[in-house]
Amino acid sequence: MTPLLRRDRVFDFLAPPLPPDALLDTRHGPILYLEDISVSFDGFKALDDLSLYIDDGELRCIIGPNGAGKTTMMDVITGRTRPDTGSAWFGSRVDLLRLDEPAIAGAGIGRKFQKPTVFEKLSVVQNLELACHGDKAVWRTLLAALDADQRATVAGVLDTIGLAGHAHREAGALSHGQKQWLEIGMLLTQRPRLLLLDEPVAGMTQEEIERTAELFRALAGAHSVVVVEHDMEFVRSIANKVTVLHEGRVLVEGDMQAVQNDPRVIEVYLGE
Amino acid sequence: MITRWLMNDRGGAVMLGVLLLAALVVPLANLGIGADSPLHVSTYTVTLLGKYLCYAVLALALDLVWGYCGVLSLGHGAFFALGGYAMGMYLMRQIGERGVYGNPLLPDFMVFLNWERLPWYWHGFDMFWFALVMVALAPGLLAFVFGWLAFRSRVTGVYLSIITQALTYALMLAFFRNEMGFGGNNGLTDFKDLLGFDLQADATRVSLFLASAALLAIAYVACRHITGSRLGRVVVAVRDAENRARFLGYRVENYKLWVFTFSAVLAGLAGALYVPQVGIINPSEFQPLNSIELVIWVAVGGRGTLWGAAAGAVLVNYAKTSFTAVLPEVWLFALGALFVLTTLLLPRGLAGLLRNRGEAR
Amino acid sequence: MCTIFGTECAPFAGMGSRHAICSTLPMHGAATADFTLAGLVVLVVALLVASPAVRAGDDALAAALAGLDTRSFDAKARAVEAIAATRDPRAAGLLQALLDGRLMRAKADDRFVLADDADGGYAITDALSGAVLGTVGKRKLARLSINNALRTQLRGFIAEAALDNPDAATRRAAVEAMAGHLDGDSRAVLDRLRGSEPDARVRAALDTAIALYDLEQGDDDAQTAAIAVLRGSLDPVARGRLAAIAEDPEAPRALQAAASSALASIENRIATYEFLQMVFFGLSLGSVLVLAAIGLAITFGVMGVINMAHGELIMLGAYTTYVVQLAMPNHLGWSLAVAVPAAFLVAALVGIAIERGVIRFLYGRPLETLLATFGVSLVLQQAVRTIFSPLNRSVATPAWMSGSLELNSVLSLTYNRLYIMAFALIVFAALMAVLRYTRLGLEVRAVAQNRAMARAIGVRGARVDALTFGLGSGVAGVAGVALSQLTNVGPNLGQAYIVDSFMVVVFGGVGNLWGTLVAGLGLGVANKFLEPWAGAVMAKILVLVFIIVFIQKRPRGLFPQRGRAAES
Repeated sequence: MTPLLRRDRVFDFLAPPLPPDALLDTRHGPILYLEDISVSFDGFKALDDLSLYIDDGELRCIIGPNGAGKTTMMDVITGRTRPDTGSAWFGSRVDLLRLDEPAIAGAGIGRKFQKPTVFEKLSVVQNLELACHGDKAVWRTLLAALDADQRATVAGVLDTIGLAGHAHREAGALSHGQKQWLEIGMLLTQRPRLLLLDEPVAGMTQEEIERTAELFRALAGAHSVVVVEHDMEFVRSIANKVTVLHEGRVLVEGDMQAVQNDPRVIEVYLGE
Repeated sequence: MITRWLMNDRGGAVMLGVLLLAALVVPLANLGIGADSPLHVSTYTVTLLGKYLCYAVLALALDLVWGYCGVLSLGHGAFFALGGYAMGMYLMRQIGERGVYGNPLLPDFMVFLNWERLPWYWHGFDMFWFALVMVALAPGLLAFVFGWLAFRSRVTGVYLSIITQALTYALMLAFFRNEMGFGGNNGLTDFKDLLGFDLQADATRVSLFLASAALLAIAYVACRHITGSRLGRVVVAVRDAENRARFLGYRVENYKLWVFTFSAVLAGLAGALYVPQVGIINPSEFQPLNSIELVIWVAVGGRGTLWGAAAGAVLVNYAKTSFTAVLPEVWLFALGALFVLTTLLLPRGLAGLLRNRGEAR
Repeated sequence: MCTIFGTECAPFAGMGSRHAICSTLPMHGAATADFTLAGLVVLVVALLVASPAVRAGDDALAAALAGLDTRSFDAKARAVEAIAATRDPRAAGLLQALLDGRLMRAKADDRFVLADDADGGYAITDALSGAVLGTVGKRKLARLSINNALRTQLRGFIAEAALDNPDAATRRAAVEAMAGHLDGDSRAVLDRLRGSEPDARVRAALDTAIALYDLEQGDDDAQTAAIAVLRGSLDPVARGRLAAIAEDPEAPRALQAAASSALASIENRIATYEFLQMVFFGLSLGSVLVLAAIGLAITFGVMGVINMAHGELIMLGAYTTYVVQLAMPNHLGWSLAVAVPAAFLVAALVGIAIERGVIRFLYGRPLETLLATFGVSLVLQQAVRTIFSPLNRSVATPAWMSGSLELNSVLSLTYNRLYIMAFALIVFAALMAVLRYTRLGLEVRAVAQNRAMARAIGVRGARVDALTFGLGSGVAGVAGVALSQLTNVGPNLGQAYIVDSFMVVVFGGVGNLWGTLVAGLGLGVANKFLEPWAGAVMAKILVLVFIIVFIQKRPRGLFPQRGRAAES
């Protein structure tokens, strides 16, 4: 049965559909394959033949000047933007371009937005409950109550993100940094395999940043984490591998030391 | 459990209490006390109150989609009218041979248009249960199809509002046509009886009032249950951060669709109780103005509170009745001012005002 | 129920005026004196006959007229011929009167009079001198009866008299009236006139008339040649004759074939012209939609403000036109020229007041803006109802806008629609120019794209908002001037256009003026093409449903603005 479903087989469409999470196959190494992706908006090329691979369990930082295509890349991975050409695979079997946002989220990809987005009128714990893994169909939620497993997850995450003391506050009343943490916490209760984090430490105090770095290092391994960040200090503190995007393509890839000394990167950041 | 949320929902508890009181007092004051007593409530007033209660149910339906789901529908009057038409068709068939032309099968307006056969979509409406099914099905189906198209393609905000307005406008034009077979301009009227009870009789009027009160109470409890459940929280989440909800794995369009459809069915039920009380249903119920007026009831009462919407509907309509009796020209000025002032000065409506008071104390 | 596109076409209803030959009778030698009889008498003929100049030909005319006093139709026919032969300027008028049954003989003195119904009998005037003779009883007059043959003959003569007219349109009408009733002599006359006729369209009419005669009377060659000529004609008589020949089993094969081929070509041309006519109707409706929507394209499209009172601004423009006409009743022709800037100002000022008083506080809350401006629209409607009464007011159409441009018997374009189409294009071009070439336009675009950045470089946001809103509102007022020429001006005028306007803007793509233009014209044409088989109301419903479905397929309209910024 298994060989029939391999992505290199031609007659995949004859096979019965399986639930997406059963399909995640990272035996080849990478958990995310982006190949030759191009996106253009009215002639402006936001992504230009971008190819990128993220390994299972890796913690990867992506940097680049404004307009390099970082957010557009996340849009493509999470199904918000359809690329003009190219392919995007989650593991070696899940074709991301065929799924929409909820299906991609269900398959195990969580995304934090650039601007922290939480449900401001709901309490912190309600935010986490909503994000919690489990059935998200309409009729189930009408009668749903949390099971023990979910309750344990929520309690655990509340501790992890340090908001246990604020569990019943309205999320809208939290500070900017706390909202960032809450959003990260929501991703965690979702139990994703791949986390996409767009500027997760913006607006945080130095202390909060350090705790975030610690958290991300702890997450790597069991999860794959992709961080887009402008804060170089933060990037240096967590990353072993850094990718520099420029004008919609990968400029340089390597460890922080090598990237920082690369003349092309210096040119891009400091200007001609 | 019910006692628990009644404790948490003081506005709702007060509303249900008032409703219960009215349901006890009004029938007594109408049927039990003689017409010469100052405590007597006339049948006209009973019907008027029943009408207000139907409007309150309609406002509740709108508050569910607007206040909680963030979908401002400017076409909810259409669902109300569709429910009303379904009931009107049943009442029309009940007239039977007592019509002006005495045709046992065809309503008067069809005889007048020289129609020879009953159109296919009029069949079955001689049975009450069938009419009841259609009261829910017609608006529900329309809302489902419309919502399925709209939400799936992510039409949101004012775009959605404008196309819902276009929807009710198109329906109004359609129902004005005689060829549609719904009585054209004049609509359906001259009803005689409902389930064999004379519609003009005081007891029937009182029963309809009680039915309206019961519908409002049931609708309120149902809506409160929905908003209090996890579904309700997802819906609020969708309202406040649609993309966040979507990236958490919720099929936002399905949530909107179900809430929208449920709300349309509720509006249809309200319309069905409204028609036997006012005795007529015609295409002017589809007017965009009606639907938008309904929005202001909810805004005045306070959206996102349910009981506020119901109270707003009764208050604004009471004001309308009083104004149009004394100074008919002033009513539109007053209504216009109400729109402007509510949005500028009272964004959370009267319910918000009460809550602020409570918090200040 | 004046809220549908369909009622728009009402002004087209009374269009066909081709049959009214009598109103285009020759007017030369018109009177300068003796107007007292006006009022009871049909003016045109009266003027002809009231000519006071008694000329040398008077006796000849009188003698010929006397010949009518007979019972024999043959004799009358000869008398008619004699009257026509005098070539007296009054002859056509007399023949027309005979045709209309107004020419009678006074039994008392055997003189011929023109009689018109009056209290207690007939008001009569002398047929030759035009002198008023007072009122007499019906018994005192003898009618001059005529039969059908005589009627045909009379029409021919009247038309022939008209052929001398200096006005080309009158000549053409005369030729068209004669077509199908020619004899050998009149064919010769027309042939002669054909040589000296300066006007191309009259020449074409002459060709048709002659060809029709040849088709009937000529030999085979003449018939074939006639068919070739008629191939290009749209004359209904010609079509009838050709059809008769095509179906006539006695006719020669070749002729039959030629006739049916000519007929097919004519049908083809008619279909083309009818198609063009539909396109014209559609474009005309479309230009109304564009006018109504273009102001909204500014306020909604560029500023993102939902102004539900937009329709009422249009209504204010229409009422401004009404007031301007009340103020200058003697200069109707100029009233519109004054009304356009006046309406712009009125609507713009009201618009700015709305922006400063309400909308300013609600930026970023579109749904609230929608509700508040709807409240404003109710107030404006009721204000107009209180000031001007709830009844419709009629706005006069200046002379230069009435009538129609008749390109041929199938295709005729009414002037008011033509002007409004041109007007819509001018307004559109002016608006584009303002946005593209003026300082205000630059600032508007800057604020629309990035409010914060625009403020940072010194654009005063509040002032620009107010002026932009004023501009959009002013354009709505101008649209009201145009609409006042097409529909009734009443308090509900605006409501009829608000849904349509939003549909046009959304369909075209928000923030795109070209989209609004294309969408407006396209929807207008679509609506008119749906009307014949669906009916006016149904066509409108279909268009609405189409847009509702379309928006769900492409939520950003025909010409969307793309990019990441547009999506967030």
